[in-house]
Amino acid sequence: MESRVLEIKDFSMYYGDTKAVDNISMDVYKNKVTAIMGPSGCGKTTLLRSINRMHELVADTRTTGEIRLYDTEIHSISPIVLRRKIGMVFQRPNPFPTMSIYDNVIAGYKLNGIRLKRADRDIIVEDSLKKAALWEEVKDKLHRKGTFLSGGQQQRLCVARALAMKPEILLLDEPTSALDPKATTKIESLIEELKIYVTMVLVTHNMSQAARVSDYTAFLFLGELVEYGQTQKMFTTPEDKRTEEYLTGKFG
Amino acid sequence: MKSDTVFKYVLHLIAVIILALLSLIFITLFVNSLPSIKSLGLKFFISTRWNPVKGEFGALPFLVGTLITSFLALIISTPFSLSIAVFLSEYFKRGALSSVIRSGVELLSGIPSVIYGFWGLFVLVPVIRNLELKLHVPPYGVGIFTASLLLAIMIIPYSASIIREVMKLVPADLKEAAYSLGATRFEVLKGVVIPYSKSGITAGLILALGRALGETMAVTMVIGNANVLPTSIFAPSNTMASIIANEFSEAVDSIYLSSLVELGLLLIVVSAAINIISRWVIKRTSKV
Repeated sequence: MESRVLEIKDFSMYYGDTKAVDNISMDVYKNKVTAIMGPSGCGKTTLLRSINRMHELVADTRTTGEIRLYDTEIHSISPIVLRRKIGMVFQRPNPFPTMSIYDNVIAGYKLNGIRLKRADRDIIVEDSLKKAALWEEVKDKLHRKGTFLSGGQQQRLCVARALAMKPEILLLDEPTSALDPKATTKIESLIEELKIYVTMVLVTHNMSQAARVSDYTAFLFLGELVEYGQTQKMFTTPEDKRTEEYLTGKFG
Repeated sequence: MKSDTVFKYVLHLIAVIILALLSLIFITLFVNSLPSIKSLGLKFFISTRWNPVKGEFGALPFLVGTLITSFLALIISTPFSLSIAVFLSEYFKRGALSSVIRSGVELLSGIPSVIYGFWGLFVLVPVIRNLELKLHVPPYGVGIFTASLLLAIMIIPYSASIIREVMKLVPADLKEAAYSLGATRFEVLKGVVIPYSKSGITAGLILALGRALGETMAVTMVIGNANVLPTSIFAPSNTMASIIANEFSEAVDSIYLSSLVELGLLLIVVSAAINIISRWVIKRTSKV
């Protein structure tokens, strides 16, 4: 039996009067990669952003239903606290251009005004960069700006930045969509390696990526959860006809 | 000829005309200040005495007056411009309140400076006089501090609107990254928005400073027109622009007139120098 980290229950989300996510229930399991796939506009990114309440930055949104992190309903705690527990990596690499590589990794602490001893900071930075498989490439230039790194390196820096906060869950919003194939492969193998440290939810429009890296897959269509289950099973014997049609390229 | 080529030549021509105008202004000022440059030399810049009757023309009091009033105005206006910009670009981007404030601030820049001068005389001067009485300094009312306060109000719209524009240019994904790490709105502002728009903020403030340096009418009306080196920030003084405006019509002999023109030349040089220095500063700080 898998241990459950996140429980999404009867969750809907509206932009104004438009329903973007329609009554979704699914569980996310510890130290597994859960992929959310589906055609553009199916609500997969919206669902992902609801998990760390980033959707609240957009005006005029409304949600119903529940999302529980362990036993805590996420809307019952402050989004500030929630977001420290649920990290996020975005579509385009977005390291802070005004900060050095070192400061980027530690940015979560700096922004939140958490003071750490120099030695503790050094440990967090080294540990996070090692987990993000970037340490060897940047260890001699930690105090240079992060913007001269390649796109793939920048994205791994963003992974390190999120990992530095020691989150329970890491949300990945199409993390390879702005990267070349080589950098994509690197990020994908990184996701595999990170499973031992953190639970991940990955949004992707690329179904072969979902097949390669995820343990569980959710297929969303028009805001609805069509099918959810173990990746291997879904890709070989999908239960729903729409899933089968999507996987065989009939639409999407 | 292709219309593209014609267009290119027209653009070149316009650019050349602008440059020519600038050089001609400079040359005119230079030629007309030659009599004063020749007869006064360096004394013009280091002498603190300005007494046209005795033929003494020292520009130092006005140079000092200009720099003090302008920088004081910059210091007073900066917190307000920054707050207005932050308010309009981060906290209230849309809605009635936001557009009222935005157009209010823009309207401030459209008020003729003589009106500011009137308002300064009738409202600001009595207030400052009361303040001076409480502080036990000579209660002139008019003076450097009054002029700086008035200038500060006048330059807020310029820096506020530029700073607002540069803050709006901060990429949304950088702000989102900070939010996703658990930052509050204030922490995002402090840790991401302000560092990212630092050079733009500097540019906005410098532009405002440039306005303050050359502002004439309102300053002339409230600064007290004393041709001596100021002894305190409440003392009456004169700026380069205000003494030109004040005495140009009564300058009858050629050295008098010529030294006023030389003051104008000095004002241009000072403004240009501050502009060049600040450009250099912006370039240094914006290297990412």
